Amino acid sequence: MSLNAYLILSAILFFIGMLGVLRRKNLLMLFFSTEIMLNSVNVGLAAVSKFQEDITGQMFAFFIVAVAASEVAIGLGLLILWYKKKGSINLDTLQSMKG
Amino acid sequence: MFEIVAFYLFAFLTVSMFSITVFTNNSLYALSSLAAGMIFISAFFFLLGAEFLGAVQIVVYTGAVMALYAFGMMFFDSLSTVKENIKNPRLVFLLTGISSLIVVLIFTAPIIESNINAHYPVNTELGNSQQVGIILFTKYLVPFEIAAVMLLVAMIGGIILAGKKMNVSYTELSEEQIDALEKEEKERNK
Repeated sequence: MSLNAYLILSAILFFIGMLGVLRRKNLLMLFFSTEIMLNSVNVGLAAVSKFQEDITGQMFAFFIVAVAASEVAIGLGLLILWYKKKGSINLDTLQSMKG
Repeated sequence: MFEIVAFYLFAFLTVSMFSITVFTNNSLYALSSLAAGMIFISAFFFLLGAEFLGAVQIVVYTGAVMALYAFGMMFFDSLSTVKENIKNPRLVFLLTGISSLIVVLIFTAPIIESNINAHYPVNTELGNSQQVGIILFTKYLVPFEIAAVMLLVAMIGGIILAGKKMNVSYTELSEEQIDALEKEEKERNK
């Protein structure tokens, strides 16, 4: 397989994630979509790493995994707090935070 | 031949699984299909010779992140379908614009590629895990430790955010004390 095949797959997955971020109103679904986007970028980085014969791409993918894990920990804590406060995790309930 | 078959099989599987995640209205289906998609993604890492990354993908994403989401979903009413009303005509324009831009960039990537030299070249004598270890603990030691501190801070922050009012241990209290506490709680919420 060529580098382009992997990059196009990565782009397709990224668009699925981006469509989710733009379309969904449920905050949990938004979190799922960001996970999809992070994963698609990881595939692209690993592919470039293979075809350029450079290990740096894999290193970046590791740090992205670490960032994703901490994002989930903090984000889910905030989401639980928000649900306890408002009884809903719909994005529209966040309108009250508008300045 | 094997690689082509595997690539298209897993590409089809991941795209369909992630599409289910994005388009379904049931958050339980979304969670399960996302976990399946994560496992299929790891197949690409194995195909690309990044075995360690593939193992990390399975362990961290499907093991830790999905378990955390499943835990978090216990707090929300996850069985009810998600109600959303979206009317956004600009979405299609935005998505087609960005996607066409990225497709152009992908096809011009080989032109840029010719001027790039590998910074940390792949050593064919060592296995992937060994190589990752050598580079991670020599060239990327500082970012690695910063990531470790970030994970620690995120863990403590998550516990503090999710675990409010955990200063009372119910196992050490008698039945009467628990009843009194619950009555107090009810009166406070009124």
